[in-house]
Amino acid sequence: MAQSTNSSSSSRSRDLDKLLLRPGHLVASTFEPGTQLRDDLEEYVKILVVGAGGLGCELLKDLALSGFRNLEVIDMDTIEVSNLNRQFLFRLQDVGKPKAEVAAKRVMERVSGVNIVPHFCRIEDKELDFYSEFSIIVLGLDSIEARSYINAVACGFLEYDSEDNPREETMKPMVDGGTEGFKGHARVILPGMTPCFECTIWLFPPQVKFPLCTLAETPRTAAHCIEYAHLIKWDEVHSGKSFDPDNPEHMQWVYLEASKRAELFGIQGVTYSLTQGVVKNIIPAIASTNAIISAACALETLKLASGCSKTLSNYLTYNGVEGLHTKVTEFVKDKECLVCGPGILIELDTSVTLKSFIDQLEDHPKLLIAGASVTHGRNNLYMQAPPTLEELTRSNLSLPLFDLMDKSSEGIVHVTGLAGKGDKKQSCLRKLRVAFKGVGGITDTDMAGGA
Amino acid sequence: MIRLFKVKEKQREIAENSNGMPPTKKQSPGELRLNKDISELNLPKTCSIKFPNGKDDLMNFEVTVKPDEGYYLGGKFTFTFQIATIYPHEAPKVKCRERVYHPNIDLDGNVCLNILREDWKPVLNINTVIYGLYHLFTEPNHEDPLNSEAAAVLRDNPQQFGTNVKRAMGGGHIGQTAFSRCM
Repeated sequence: MAQSTNSSSSSRSRDLDKLLLRPGHLVASTFEPGTQLRDDLEEYVKILVVGAGGLGCELLKDLALSGFRNLEVIDMDTIEVSNLNRQFLFRLQDVGKPKAEVAAKRVMERVSGVNIVPHFCRIEDKELDFYSEFSIIVLGLDSIEARSYINAVACGFLEYDSEDNPREETMKPMVDGGTEGFKGHARVILPGMTPCFECTIWLFPPQVKFPLCTLAETPRTAAHCIEYAHLIKWDEVHSGKSFDPDNPEHMQWVYLEASKRAELFGIQGVTYSLTQGVVKNIIPAIASTNAIISAACALETLKLASGCSKTLSNYLTYNGVEGLHTKVTEFVKDKECLVCGPGILIELDTSVTLKSFIDQLEDHPKLLIAGASVTHGRNNLYMQAPPTLEELTRSNLSLPLFDLMDKSSEGIVHVTGLAGKGDKKQSCLRKLRVAFKGVGGITDTDMAGGA
Repeated sequence: MIRLFKVKEKQREIAENSNGMPPTKKQSPGELRLNKDISELNLPKTCSIKFPNGKDDLMNFEVTVKPDEGYYLGGKFTFTFQIATIYPHEAPKVKCRERVYHPNIDLDGNVCLNILREDWKPVLNINTVIYGLYHLFTEPNHEDPLNSEAAAVLRDNPQQFGTNVKRAMGGGHIGQTAFSRCM
């Protein structure tokens, strides 16, 4: 009996062993092949999959089959009938149940030894501590908002040393997948080393929005009719009640209104699924695209965790519209990124008031920021404009910045103002790392450097 | 390349040293960008801004426009602004709080201003939008109507349009529709 368990477990890791047990030339500098590595991957590496939809289902399956044993998955959605064509872990009787829970259960049933903890909630509902637990965060999401949120959380753990080099042990790697019809991307984000989501936010195309007056007066397409019902007619009829795209009754109402309008203007093509598509900005998902992108993400996750090969550097695009095209692009980090950048280090005495801090920024050689407004965490410490906010924040000017920053030895503030000299002044927004002298661990390193 | 197991040790260390202090919540990049827009506002005398939720929530605010010329001279109009966390990728959501007789504003307060929808670009800012709103009152446009009745009157009988605007601003009726008093 023991014999047979043993042989089945070794046959399961047979392919993985070829990667993990043998030395190679294209491996990471930290790669230490051996059974210990395989065991450590199983035992210590904890991976969070964000999203249990089209990509999430694939990711959980791929990661479980890649030898990872400790997985968690977070998703706020419940299963809908329309998911079943590609979200293969779900069955008809699962409709209405939480995606995360069903996905976790199904993968655990099929892959023995893997433990998946589901979280049926919004990503914002979790404390930051929750996210710090994971070795790697893998994203299978469909929105900019959610990516931006997780990116900010992961980059929030990053610390820099006094030379502005990222501290490796505070880096929280992310692997991000995304698909849209026949197209997809997979990217590896090592905060502080490779560009974060916010460094390359410009990659996202602008959203297509129709002019309201076109919707109201001169609709020409089915989408115009749907947006009319969704944006104008809804408010007209349901005063004060906001439209919920996840409520099927609301969607049905919009569909019927859109159909009436289409008939009035002699426009063809309004259907329930198009209504959903337009209102929720849905592009038909293709199972194979999800499978390909997920496979790339799972492989990168394995490479990151084990070092068995160099990781993707750093952005893969896949296009299956005509034949097949993939390309890897090495995007560059925005050194001044507000989310992953180090910020400019400023050392201050604990007695320095907000007013004199603002004055110092004007003379600081790296900043030269005049008329700065200052924000710390969620608090606006001083706002130069408009007058109502200036008045509300003016009393802070005479207080020590140390007190305003909750008496922490170090913290991040953001400043906006006019940077530069003479005629070349430009409005700017900068991240500053403020360290107070004589508080916490800062003094030791300073003394050592100065002595 | 990351050293995952070093990461593991460090995380244990952080957890042990955290003294139960939760990490501070930060502003999203969108909020930071909005802060910048707000701190650099340079409003015309005809416009003012209010933050009903206090100085630390700038994502929801109200802008009051008091036109100093044109049909709407003497009126006072309030717009609510809702800013998404992914601002400036997405335009501000703007609605007029009063029911106003205007070719480009419908009876529910929806505003037809190109830079709020099809022509929004991340390089635009809150100042641009407020100037755009002000512009709507000095130069109402009958070509892109949201209120087609008002637009038709403006096109065919500007004098009548002026009379209607005055009546509506005084809280009167135009046809069957009652308007908000906004003088």
